[in-house]
Amino acid sequence: MTVLLIALVVVLAVALAVLGVRHVTVARRQPAKAPASKTRRILFPFVASALSTRALDAALRLARAEEAILMPVFLARVPLHLPLDAPLPRQAGIAIPLQEAIEQRAARFGIDVDARIERGRSYRHALRRTFATERFERIVMAAATRDNPGFQPDDVAWLLANAPGEIVVLRPGDEDELLQSTPIPRTGGAERHEGGRRDSGRERAVVGASVS
Amino acid sequence: MAVSRGRYKVFLGMAAGVGKTYRMLQEGHAEALEGRDVVIGYLEPHGRAETVAQADGLEVIPRRLVSYRETTLEEMDLPAILRRAPELCLIDELAHTNAPGTEHHKRYEDIADVLAAGIDVFSSVNVQHLESLNDQVAELTGTRVRETVPDAVLASADDVVLIDITPESLIERLLAGRVYPPERVQTALNNFFKIENLSALREVSLRQVAQEIEAKRTSIESSGRRDERRGDSGPPQAIGERLLALVTPEPHAQRVVRRAWRSAQRLQAELDILWVAPHDPDESELEQLAALRRLASVLGAHLIVEHDDDVAVATQRVARERGTTYVLMGTPRPRGALRRLMTPALPYRLMSMLPGIDLRIVADRTLRTTEDT
Repeated sequence: MTVLLIALVVVLAVALAVLGVRHVTVARRQPAKAPASKTRRILFPFVASALSTRALDAALRLARAEEAILMPVFLARVPLHLPLDAPLPRQAGIAIPLQEAIEQRAARFGIDVDARIERGRSYRHALRRTFATERFERIVMAAATRDNPGFQPDDVAWLLANAPGEIVVLRPGDEDELLQSTPIPRTGGAERHEGGRRDSGRERAVVGASVS
Repeated sequence: MAVSRGRYKVFLGMAAGVGKTYRMLQEGHAEALEGRDVVIGYLEPHGRAETVAQADGLEVIPRRLVSYRETTLEEMDLPAILRRAPELCLIDELAHTNAPGTEHHKRYEDIADVLAAGIDVFSSVNVQHLESLNDQVAELTGTRVRETVPDAVLASADDVVLIDITPESLIERLLAGRVYPPERVQTALNNFFKIENLSALREVSLRQVAQEIEAKRTSIESSGRRDERRGDSGPPQAIGERLLALVTPEPHAQRVVRRAWRSAQRLQAELDILWVAPHDPDESELEQLAALRRLASVLGAHLIVEHDDDVAVATQRVARERGTTYVLMGTPRPRGALRRLMTPALPYRLMSMLPGIDLRIVADRTLRTTEDT
């Protein structure tokens, strides 16, 4: 009887030890991270339903070099007939697939992502609100070209004059690929938050739009 | 003997002239025809002939005169209404501020007294007077009203009736002189009575009433559930799908919210986002909580923070209160060997504590991609 008890205790001890080792191994697989408030952040604003992979990759390379978090910010324009804090299901339906695509791409670089959707009456207003609420050290942005969405020259000038931190502007080449958003189908429930306006073209994100 | 509170019905409109007072009087007449004792406690017809005509035949409690700074003001006579003790009292202009020297500062406080005396009340108000919408309406229309009513007053109403007409019809009424006297029409058209203002106000009114109905439905359902639990008659039936996303204030929580929102869109469901906080949030948690709050607002979801040490218990409580049909959560963190032996993992606990509710664990796709490459 005693032998059986001792054997049971030994088996239990071994089982606990194995479970403990596995737990430690799993825990070690997770990279050690600095507290979120201490980590450097790179802001990556975008305004359209597609974005330049070249610009995104540049932001990710910079984030990897600096062990920073990438903060992609979709700038959503709120039409005047809606309050500034109104839900925007149509634009969220564009932003969310893009944010997920960015997260997937960032994972290949081993970069953490902390995405945002910022609202404003204009894109510049949305940027100002971002600057007021978010903490970051750098901004990486894509300049618009004939085939690529991005920020127009006057927008870049405005950002250089008004944005805090360092700014990296990329003009993607012709061979650039675009990361496309496949908008999420909207439903009646989502429409309700937009006050029942089923064809609110003003709320649509515009490729290569000016931020003014 | 204790008197039961009177029933309270509010006629809500997007702007002056939509016909709130007229409809209130119509319903007052209908009640009188049914044999009820109906009086007008206070009427503000704004000189509109149709409204004055509609009041004909109903008993009116005379206004009382109140002296204030060498002026004599006319106010509703609350003591006279309470003395008269009708079955139903019609009281216009819910947001009105009384002259100093009366029983209460605000008319909605007078109405509370009338209701407390067991008298039913019909009242009227425009949407821009609601406290929570005051800023929003000011931003939309450029006009701020000073007299506001706490939202709780509207929430306490047994019925809220939205008096809705199209902005075009309202402007036609205005042009026909049925809202203001002719000399005020042009000023009104140049200022407040613009199609875009009225359209925005109409949307706000419709949303407000929809929210009131939703809140009442949820309240009725949850009180029904409590009754059913007492009677042990099985789980309540939800009217539609309602999703609950469990999050922690960390960047990866947004993935769960995004996935939950996509599902909510497909299911035409409302989305609640829940953080069960075991402690007060620290600096970085506050930062993430603010980001989650903004995301929830953009998506039209509701962020709920519950203080509790037990995530499963708090989730069960919130799911019951909100009528949740679907719970989504991220991949649970690896737990220590001892904890795994002592307590079942959160998904198992939720499955046993939330029978009849779908549970979905949202995979961390970034981990999968990292391991693949």
